[in-house]
Amino acid sequence: MNVFTGRVLAAGLPTWVGPLLTVLGVLIVVLTIAAGLIWYERRLLSLIQDRYGPNRVGPAGLLQVLADTFKILFKEDWIPPFADKRVFVVAPAIVMATALLSFIVVPVADGIVIADLNVGLLFVLAMSSLAVYSVVLAGWSSRSKYSLVGGLRAAAQMVSYEVFMGLSLVGVVLIAGSFSLVQIVESQRGLWNIGPQFIGFVVFVVAGLAETRRLPFDLVEAESELVAGYHTEYSGMKFGMFLVGEYIAVTLISALIATLFFGGWLGPWLPGLVWFLFKTGIFITFFIIVRGTFPRPRYDQLMELGWKVMLPLSLVNLLVTGAIVVARHS
Amino acid sequence: MTALFYIAAAVAVLATVLVITRSNLVHALLYLVVSLFAVAVVFFTLGAPFVAALEVIVYAGAIMMLFVFAVMLLNVSADSPLRVPTSAWIGPLVLVAVLLAELIYGIGLSDHALRAVEVGPQQVGDALFGPYVLGVELASMLLLAALIGARHIASQPESPAIEDPRLSGEEPDAPADAEGAT
Repeated sequence: MNVFTGRVLAAGLPTWVGPLLTVLGVLIVVLTIAAGLIWYERRLLSLIQDRYGPNRVGPAGLLQVLADTFKILFKEDWIPPFADKRVFVVAPAIVMATALLSFIVVPVADGIVIADLNVGLLFVLAMSSLAVYSVVLAGWSSRSKYSLVGGLRAAAQMVSYEVFMGLSLVGVVLIAGSFSLVQIVESQRGLWNIGPQFIGFVVFVVAGLAETRRLPFDLVEAESELVAGYHTEYSGMKFGMFLVGEYIAVTLISALIATLFFGGWLGPWLPGLVWFLFKTGIFITFFIIVRGTFPRPRYDQLMELGWKVMLPLSLVNLLVTGAIVVARHS
Repeated sequence: MTALFYIAAAVAVLATVLVITRSNLVHALLYLVVSLFAVAVVFFTLGAPFVAALEVIVYAGAIMMLFVFAVMLLNVSADSPLRVPTSAWIGPLVLVAVLLAELIYGIGLSDHALRAVEVGPQQVGDALFGPYVLGVELASMLLLAALIGARHIASQPESPAIEDPRLSGEEPDAPADAEGAT
């Protein structure tokens, strides 16, 4: 039972109200942030590229998201006759579901977490490894060459970077002595993990970029060569789900960076929730600035960076962290 | 928890039956993924959350992904499957029937009921690197051998049949002697 549930119980409400409110709160906030990111990213990218971006609908263009949502909802939802229908329909749902499910184990403030699993971090990694299915199945079921190439690239890219993502986090787990994200945050009371785990942080950020298929690692949808990659054949809200799924994934990776390396909700003066949202926001902004500044590498360069730089780096990090932890314990 | 166990077990059996009866290769693989999920839930209800998580990460996430990747890469036509002749079912059926009979008999013999004692990741680690460290070392050696083998196969020099004559530095159409004679 967490602090939040305790407060709800004290108010004389049934036991299931507290967890339900947490679930709904996290769900609504995450979906709002993900939708708002569409506007935020477009405005920020415009700022980088010295233009205005969407500024017509509502104050500062804020209602652009609403207008886009209505447009995309009323668009014709077309399934190509040559597609594998059932798989084609399921694929966009997977990307949304896996990204949202990962938020189950992310603690947003002291004592406010949907489920503090003792395999929390593994749960996140499991969900991120399932997210690959969405892209690959979308590419395969479309029965289009551009989609298929996008899907194949996604499979190789995401499976490779998953390896480094997992390895880069072992150092954090070693320091905390637990897979639980709450315990990992608690272990950073004295010193944030960004200090002792700087290499792990760098590897995790690069792997996170690759896992969310964001530029510079968006070769799965490289529009200059593959039209739109794995979602070439998608239209209407199914396309919208890929889009929103990507923003949820960006929010998730940012929240994870804040939780694992920057002390999560820990911070002076302000309440924990504010600190957590603030740190997450900084990394979301970082992700967008990276998108606006880096060119896209060639596919073989992407793979080389993974296996020849990231893998040795994360292994060395693991070895050194392990040695230090063992030395401190004995 | 007991109800969850039986539901997950039923889903696993059903999904596995669907795996071997689908004619579309990718659909069969997807049912296999569902079956692995169900097995992960079974592990979870039996008090092994660590194994459940690894089941999803390693089997459903990585290994099945490689299967799907291979199927996509080989472009195995999903609509014209190879039908297995009915006679091919007999052998496996007999063997499986023997195993099933043994399993049911074995369950009847043991008298202790299903106990769900949660085994956390820490206890799994202690067991793996305590009494079972030899098994871990053997498995790591096996994986290393597989890794070296894969590296060796991948680095085989290309066969001369597909070598491009233009790259070898000789012009096959214009013999050097003929040019010297004129």
